Amino acid sequence: MGGEYRHIGKATPRKDARAIVTGKAEYIDDLKLAGMLHGKVLRSPYPHARIKNIDTAKAEAYPGVEAVLTYKNVPGWMAGVPYHRPVLDSTVRFVGDAVALVAAETEEAANEALELIDIEYEQLQAVYDMEAAARPGAPQLHERIPNNIFPRGFRAIGEKALQELVVGDVKKGFAEADIIEEATCAYENIPNPLPPEPPGVVALWEDNEHLTIYVASQSAPMNRNFAMPALGLVDIRVIGMQCGGSYGTKNANFIPMAHAAALAKAAGRPVKVYFSKEEHFNAYTLRLGSRIHARIGIKKDGTVTAVEGEWYVDTGAASEMAQVQVAVGLGETQLLIRCPNWNLQPTLVCTNRSPSGVVRGFGGQELNCALLPLLTVVMEKADLDPVEFFKKNYMAPGAGFFWRDGIWRDYRGIDFSQAIDKGAEIFGWKDKWQGWNKPTSVKGSKVTGVGVGLHGNADIGEDESEAHVKLSSDARAVVYACVSESGMGERSSLCKMAAEVLNLPLERVNIAPADTLVNPFEFGLVGSRGTYTVGSAVIQAAEDARRQLLEMAAPLLGVKPEELDTKDGAIFPKKDPNKRIAWYKAMGISRTITGQGRFETDFSLCNCLIIFAEVEVDTDTGKMDLKRVVASTDCGQIIDPLVLEGQLHGSIGSAGIDTAVFEETVLDKDTGHILNCNMIDYKWRTFADLPSFQSLMLETPVDSHHFKAIGVGEIAPAPGAAAVLMAVNNAIGRKIMTYPATPDKILKALGRI
Amino acid sequence: MKRNRYKRGINQEPATTTKTAEKNISLTVNGKLHQLMVGKDVNPDHTLAYTLRETLGYTGTKIACDHGSCGACTVLMDGEAVLSCTMLTIECDGKKITTIEGLENRETGKLHPLQQAFIDYTAFQCGFCTPGIILSAKALLDKNPSPTEEEIKKELAGHYCRCGSQYLVIRAIRSLAEKGR
Repeated sequence: MGGEYRHIGKATPRKDARAIVTGKAEYIDDLKLAGMLHGKVLRSPYPHARIKNIDTAKAEAYPGVEAVLTYKNVPGWMAGVPYHRPVLDSTVRFVGDAVALVAAETEEAANEALELIDIEYEQLQAVYDMEAAARPGAPQLHERIPNNIFPRGFRAIGEKALQELVVGDVKKGFAEADIIEEATCAYENIPNPLPPEPPGVVALWEDNEHLTIYVASQSAPMNRNFAMPALGLVDIRVIGMQCGGSYGTKNANFIPMAHAAALAKAAGRPVKVYFSKEEHFNAYTLRLGSRIHARIGIKKDGTVTAVEGEWYVDTGAASEMAQVQVAVGLGETQLLIRCPNWNLQPTLVCTNRSPSGVVRGFGGQELNCALLPLLTVVMEKADLDPVEFFKKNYMAPGAGFFWRDGIWRDYRGIDFSQAIDKGAEIFGWKDKWQGWNKPTSVKGSKVTGVGVGLHGNADIGEDESEAHVKLSSDARAVVYACVSESGMGERSSLCKMAAEVLNLPLERVNIAPADTLVNPFEFGLVGSRGTYTVGSAVIQAAEDARRQLLEMAAPLLGVKPEELDTKDGAIFPKKDPNKRIAWYKAMGISRTITGQGRFETDFSLCNCLIIFAEVEVDTDTGKMDLKRVVASTDCGQIIDPLVLEGQLHGSIGSAGIDTAVFEETVLDKDTGHILNCNMIDYKWRTFADLPSFQSLMLETPVDSHHFKAIGVGEIAPAPGAAAVLMAVNNAIGRKIMTYPATPDKILKALGRI
Repeated sequence: MKRNRYKRGINQEPATTTKTAEKNISLTVNGKLHQLMVGKDVNPDHTLAYTLRETLGYTGTKIACDHGSCGACTVLMDGEAVLSCTMLTIECDGKKITTIEGLENRETGKLHPLQQAFIDYTAFQCGFCTPGIILSAKALLDKNPSPTEEEIKKELAGHYCRCGSQYLVIRAIRSLAEKGR
């Protein structure tokens, strides 16, 4: 690994490593601006209610209070398609929905003022089940979303956005099938990705046309790109702080940002809105609920001939971009199974609970976690080994798919069969797999079982990125790419790419702050896209800068630019490395060189991760333990092995593999309250309960950019849950078709309770 | 729904300030003595985490859950790892506190071996839980220079890491534990 490169493929310290381990890394709650106020949100105790009266006089009079906002005096900014998510509204739609906002000199004063707001609510009927919400006569959440069913389409991703999967002829497909099965599976435990750092925003108006936002975000520029239209095209400057975990949730941050911006406008001072962990649980971002009823036809050899069904998707009370998640999910499911005949109809529904939103997996994890257990039903009937099934069905050169924009793409990337085979080999699949519904081992009440899941994503080349690379005469380079750091190490990886092109020590390459005022256009770090998209722009910019530098040096060295090379700040003819001059000789001291790069969307490549899981179930108590995980991928070229391994380990976090083990948001369907909204009642995996985890990262060069690499990070949590469910079902010899496989469900399946 | 009272210790009603208004308390943080006047610098409902971050500026101490269940706010008190969000500052009079800022040798700029090991093994992703984990690991290694993998896992069981950095954290600490043998 990394043999031919100086930096690429080698483990190097993250650029921000020293700041992180010394406590100097600056997160949003560490930021203090002169005159900054604290913004707090009054939240609804009811799942659905109309505000009949609201009286803020006492709150306004409380010492230290600078602004109080309700739906009556808040700016009319709106999010969602169609616009249905205002900054504040006269109707509240989930427990924790925002009712009023206060900005005060201290947090204490803001909290006290919230308690002084008098509200009279008229409670309304609430609905929590997505199919019930979509039925006639159900309580209605939004005027603009008739029958609680979101309209299809999201123009930002194209007029033909993939909003249903209708391909070929399912009738013909079922006629060709040897086995046809119909079943239902639900992946609707609406887990909370729950980054350790709560969401937070600081907003500051320079004047009426210029808003500055400091934000904890995985994609700082997305806060500008998404909010500008909603805020009437004011100029939004976004500065990304060190972000304490996101897992997809901290991207555009519309609601907390709108709250901070509205308060800052009203108070005429900077305002920080920083959620408590309780607010983070009750009023931020859950995974989409997903439920499939489908009929699947396959041939005995594992060829899938038809899939027909309904896919219900539950967004909770509102959604900023669920239609895009549906589109990406429908795209990703075609990577999972190559089937010529589809009729999969999504119904996107809103219900009276805390909203679902963007989460690592972005629709694809939610769809595939519900679809994979259905596939096990047909695989079982045909007595097919799931590893062989995946190998036969996963996207490969020669095949293709309709992506999110509804346009067909011929796939031109890696054949992942080797990653699948090698993963199976390391896991010992052939020895452990005993066939469907058969445990791997039985010792008294302890049974073990194995399962496998697979996931991939063609978003690795989505959307646009631009970068500049600036060379200075002291032989240093600065990368300008608007990338914030939420844990993926992308800022460091981009420096490595530039350092490799410029042949500089890594210490001599830096990256500018994630500030939209300073940097060229960037979409954001989503969909595992950083490596390929931003990477391509940075490589191109570094190459452009290098070319300019060598052109300046050529006359001085009396050769053509293409005959020159550079290393460690010196320029020399390739044929005569001793005849060297320093960068400053070529450039002059009072000059910088700026190279430019741009990446255009490319949906013809995808990534792939296969996860093997082994579980142990106690058939007396129903207790299930995840014992072992093997994750295998092929990334073309490793940029940094430890960073990539860390991303794969991420499958145990961020509402991933444990959504099949114990993770769920428990909603009381009488009151609409979340019952486990704290870090003791919400289950998470501790150090003491870690399963054994092996990662395999193959490197088959792929025609992406100069370094032949693609990103894998986002998908790490996606394949694990279905693998665990399969393992449990094999261990106990019964079929559980909902997540997570908790002891009560296991004992019920075994007929013990 | 109840709002989280950021500055209050868990299950602690604020004491009245009049009773304790004259009292000074002293805290030694990373070797530096801080005198704090109760009622002025410290309110009786201030947690140690709050005082460290907001009053004294040691923002390397992170607050995530603020309820003593995630480990992010861990600091060392007289050498023991404690959850600073569950302690009231007024109960910490005379204590010696070490925060993450105190591990680096400020004169030489040399990092503590644990900090260096975390860098070498990229034993973090988002880094928010890292200060707390490093301090718990320090408390462990100070008592037991060569812990087993199981001992490390047990010691760190109270630390919430959501990125999945646990495996590289264990590898980083093991690299020192092996040197300690």
